[in-house]
Amino acid sequence: MALEEAGVPSVAVHTHTFARLARATALANGMPRTRQAFVPQPLVGKNAAELRAYVEGADPISKRPFVQEIIEGITKPLEGEDLKGLSFERTTPRLVAPGTEDDLQRLFMDNHWTDYLPIILPTEERVAAMLKGTSHKPDEVVGRMRPANFREYWEYTVEKVAVNAVMAGARPEHFPVILALAASGVSARSSSTTSMANVAVVNGPIRDEIGMNSGIGVLGPYNLANAAIGRAYNLLSQNLQGGSVPGESYMGSMGNPLNYTACFAEAEERSPWAPLHVQKGMKPEESAVTIFFGGWYIASGFGPRETWKEQLHRALVTFNFIPPFLVMDPICARYFTELGFDTKEKLIAWLSENSLQTAREYWDEQWIQTLHKPLAVAGVEPFATRLKAAPDQLIRIFEPADINIIVAGGETQGAWKMIGGRLTRTVSVDAWR
Amino acid sequence: MAELLTVHDPRGYPPKVQGKRLAPRLESLDGKIVYLVDCLFDNSELFMDQLKDWFAQHLPAVETRIIKPRESWVDDPGMRSVIEKEGDAAILGVGL
Repeated sequence: MALEEAGVPSVAVHTHTFARLARATALANGMPRTRQAFVPQPLVGKNAAELRAYVEGADPISKRPFVQEIIEGITKPLEGEDLKGLSFERTTPRLVAPGTEDDLQRLFMDNHWTDYLPIILPTEERVAAMLKGTSHKPDEVVGRMRPANFREYWEYTVEKVAVNAVMAGARPEHFPVILALAASGVSARSSSTTSMANVAVVNGPIRDEIGMNSGIGVLGPYNLANAAIGRAYNLLSQNLQGGSVPGESYMGSMGNPLNYTACFAEAEERSPWAPLHVQKGMKPEESAVTIFFGGWYIASGFGPRETWKEQLHRALVTFNFIPPFLVMDPICARYFTELGFDTKEKLIAWLSENSLQTAREYWDEQWIQTLHKPLAVAGVEPFATRLKAAPDQLIRIFEPADINIIVAGGETQGAWKMIGGRLTRTVSVDAWR
Repeated sequence: MAELLTVHDPRGYPPKVQGKRLAPRLESLDGKIVYLVDCLFDNSELFMDQLKDWFAQHLPAVETRIIKPRESWVDDPGMRSVIEKEGDAAILGVGL
């Protein structure tokens, strides 16, 4: 669209699965009649002959020859509507038309405003009560979010965040953490085809103040604060950013169960190591929430046992474009200190040094090709060095800065979970009290 | 009769959409330079190679040049500048 504005007639080609998304994006950018052509999905995995057949075949949306769509897109004279684009304002009302409990639950679900579980209806009384959980004014702008970096940003206020917090079943004392997550601007409902989810980790005094869980069942449905804050983060992301509607503003092929809720507290008092937020430069007495973006894989283990190195290595190389963070039960963490890892940094350094994979396997991953190869070609390290490696050469696939460790768990088992997630933001909770 | 409730709308506030006009179209592709913009999604490079080859075989009077942004998902004003200065049209793909 930028090229069109600069006077270059253009056609954008997508696979047909993205037709609704492509059209919605064009509309939201004021250029609904931007020329688009489509080829069959999938593109990935097709050889040259198959792709040539796409070029010479029919556009699966228009049913006309693909090359005809391309050529006419650049040469066919514009019509009246093309010359002005489309300007419009959209408003979001403060309140919904009154209805019964059942009708409103159905309305919210049909409008894609829920996670398909019943919500707590955000009555004016409930939202007013939630707003007492912060000193910030209801009409203060908290931030903005979007489901993808080619979509427009939507903005939201403290009150709008409170509405979604009520829907999730949160209490006013949870609200500062929820506001901090909203202020991060990092959506928990990315529209990525890879099915992303965000995991939120809470540190500092707020954990005990609001009754969060860092013990038995820490990653599961065993605590109101953990569950409600994670759910609120997901609901506010989808509703405040303009939606997370399959085929339109959400394209995750398989979805991600962590999109229901994924929030927990670090067991700082039972950890032999420094808490996560202190590692990121905050004071122990400050409260913060850290967002890990990805949520792709969960690898599980126990130990450290005799073959702990092999077990951790096997788990590490399961991850690729999205690096891992390790959630470790305090029993397991203490055992690692006995092996000489008296800081998280030392274990992270070991994990990085041993995140070894052949160059062939590393570069054969779709998102490494899409995201890392252009950087490697441009000479950006460490990708450029990885690209120079021979196919069977072992290369290190994670730098220390990519990997994080959080201690949590109920000490019924010396377990660890390695979860795919890139540390994206650490946000002050105190700023939203 | 069931009680009627008044509840808040949970949606955020969208920006105003500003209409943008399309560029004038070419009368003909003959003698023109068309940039094939490989948007860096996996296998887009191979697709653009095939599209370039198709043009060479069927529309030899059209010069096609493959060009890529520096990074995926990041606008490359330098690349756009090249297209705007030297190109007559652009085909971008493949979004997936």
